[in-house]
Amino acid sequence: MDSLAYLLAALTPYHIALAIGGVVAGTVVGSLPGLTATMAVAVLIPITFSMEPASALILMGAIYTGAIYGGAYAAILLNTPGTPSAIATTFDGYPMAKRGDGDLAITLACIASVCGGLVGALFLLFLAPPLANVALAFGPVEYFWLAILGLTLISALSQGNLLKGLIGACFGLLLSCIGVAEISADVRLTFGSHTLLGGIEVVSALIGLYCIPVLIDLVATPDRHLEVEDVSRGFRLREALGISWRSKFNLARSSVLGTLVGILPGAGGSIAGLVAYSEARRASKQQRHFGHGAPEGVQATESANNATVGGGFIPTLVLGIPGTPPDAVILGALLIQGVRTGPNLFTEHGSIVYVFIWGLLIATVLMLPTGLFIGRYAYRFIVTVPKALLVPTVAFMTLIGTYAIRNSVSDVVIMIVLGVVGWILGRLGFSASPIVLGLILGSIAEQGFVQGWIIGAAADNLWGEFFGRPIAMAIFAFILLSLFSPLLLSRFRVKREIAGAD
Amino acid sequence: MLTFKRLILAPLCAVLLMLSAGAIAEYPEKPISYVIPFGPGGESDITARHQQPFFKNKFGQDLVISYKPGGGGAVGWAQLNEMPGDGYNIMGVNLPHIIVKPLQKDVGFKTSDLALIYMFHYTPDAVVVKADSQFKTLKDMIDYAKKNPGKLTFSGSGKGTANHLAQVTFDKLAGIKTTYVAFKGTGASVTALLGKQVGAQWGYTSVGAKHSDKVRLLAVAMEQRHPRFPDVPTFKELGFDIVSGAYRGIAMPSSTPEEVRVKLSAMIGRINADGEFKKRMENDGFALVDVDYKGMKAFMDEKKAGYAAAAKEAGVIK
Repeated sequence: MDSLAYLLAALTPYHIALAIGGVVAGTVVGSLPGLTATMAVAVLIPITFSMEPASALILMGAIYTGAIYGGAYAAILLNTPGTPSAIATTFDGYPMAKRGDGDLAITLACIASVCGGLVGALFLLFLAPPLANVALAFGPVEYFWLAILGLTLISALSQGNLLKGLIGACFGLLLSCIGVAEISADVRLTFGSHTLLGGIEVVSALIGLYCIPVLIDLVATPDRHLEVEDVSRGFRLREALGISWRSKFNLARSSVLGTLVGILPGAGGSIAGLVAYSEARRASKQQRHFGHGAPEGVQATESANNATVGGGFIPTLVLGIPGTPPDAVILGALLIQGVRTGPNLFTEHGSIVYVFIWGLLIATVLMLPTGLFIGRYAYRFIVTVPKALLVPTVAFMTLIGTYAIRNSVSDVVIMIVLGVVGWILGRLGFSASPIVLGLILGSIAEQGFVQGWIIGAAADNLWGEFFGRPIAMAIFAFILLSLFSPLLLSRFRVKREIAGAD
Repeated sequence: MLTFKRLILAPLCAVLLMLSAGAIAEYPEKPISYVIPFGPGGESDITARHQQPFFKNKFGQDLVISYKPGGGGAVGWAQLNEMPGDGYNIMGVNLPHIIVKPLQKDVGFKTSDLALIYMFHYTPDAVVVKADSQFKTLKDMIDYAKKNPGKLTFSGSGKGTANHLAQVTFDKLAGIKTTYVAFKGTGASVTALLGKQVGAQWGYTSVGAKHSDKVRLLAVAMEQRHPRFPDVPTFKELGFDIVSGAYRGIAMPSSTPEEVRVKLSAMIGRINADGEFKKRMENDGFALVDVDYKGMKAFMDEKKAGYAAAAKEAGVIK
């Protein structure tokens, strides 16, 4: 069978129905804070038992990609990432919505998500076996440096008050230590409480730190939640397409970055979004717009996180190593169906793999119309519904969503406590993002550091372990660039001004 | 008016019928909630998923799997006894976790708190190397480790786990010193092996099954060779008395009546006895065991002593 035949096999009405249904269901699930792509896929497993492997994969892939896109809605309209992948979407998406461009931001996010999804799926289609090796090239030390690179974003996120940003990040790092340590099995910072044994669950922390302060402010202030224009402006699709075309390089770079990060088993959509965001910011000529509603920020994050879908499938299908958490669930479902992943899957079971990849591409394309319509509906709902209805609805959803993550009441309590803490800190000028960055990246950095240290010490070569590996050094160079380029640039500018004054 | 009455009466009758039937019906008469105290996609999840269709086939009811991850399983186990003991709440349990964790610190439950019903399989520990590794046999590896104390690195899943305790026990028996690097779960530990971040892995037979084209098992910690790997010797054959691995089973809230416990134990046993189930599990590298409700105490007493000693040796408990 050649690729045309695979494409036709993916184009059957049954598969198209699965793709549409999956994307729509995924978008809705993803838009609700607390309900993640991983859970949506896990719930589906029993349904897929009775399906052909390719059909099951198309359904799960469509839900997955829809959920990653859906995460953008709450990020833009409520400042709350619907999934962890959408953390960086809040940085510029919410300011855009605040000034009345929420509809534009959602349309931009939809276009960017489709672009990113297509790039990731095309890499999966054409380059999966060679690219899978990227997953293996990343050792503990590389993850350590990657996490540090992510942490350097703090300086960008806390413009004007680096000290507060750093304090927030340290608070986040401390939060990440709570509970049973993932690799050393030590029990830390629980103060004897059994509630804290399980640690701070990232998604519930996200909901608490981002959403609760928004809710409190909604209640505390008389103004409308978002600015609205009275004139109906449709999707603002033409405008969004124009902006997307102008930032085509940003979209391409972010999509490729997203694909690469998606391949790494220890990093996921949240890190892909953060890395792409910081690269977009660095490359932009208008850095100071970032964080204040720059469309490029939304585009970078949304294209990168959807690219992780295709990227994550690369090690999953080629090596049997899940690239992202939802991939782990999908891999389990495949195992139970008796499908063995590996390079053979691509050569001998093309009817599964290639039909699935075409199906994923189709689902991604279908996300454009469905995403625009659902997005329009979500936007209309959030801007038109009276505050008295909006606040209880959202508050109820946050409780349900937090509970659903691991069926735990303690997570709900932790979420509310963190929310109140976040609100107080916000009043004092600390923003939530550095805390969240510390929380997410802390455990990755810690694990990578400890493992790298043990391996380096065993080889009597600690220095070489941390500073002698090419990929690690490349990331290290980016860290230096990220840390010192603002400093050098400003010095350069000062010099030029002095020269100009002469 | 007549239709209206019917509308009300029909469901009412149905409810009454169901209630009266409930008193005499056989357990189970509704879906059973099966909580996995780990995240989805791991081996605890996959083996439970293997049971799912067989349970439905044999007993007509669904096993509904959900997850309560956190604290390496401790979050789930600490809450098990708060669930209703009506027979419709069961939870996965793992050895050595449920023995070692409470010995380390107060984690909200004690081993004896858990009403263990059945241990249905284990993943035997195995020494895994890459297919292109210089170590062809376990002896090659021991020779290397003797010449280079501490230099040989092993990846493994977590600390105080089956992998870690096996490494400590083996180092002692073989008189070698190796370095154990804990990773977050078996998946990450295999990735480290395949990426040559470490020299070898303390993994499981299931790793050999899943990555058969890329890895080689040097020895397995079983009484007899695994049917999936007839060419791989056991540690016992090579002179090391190690039979170990991660055991998985099912527990119920302690308020569950005795007769329901016995019934569930028999049901899990019937799934284990199914030839197709056995074939699927073994093909994935698992090894079935049959420790039923009656035999549980003797089994646990033996394991408790063994794991406690190994954990002390490994320095994870004092």
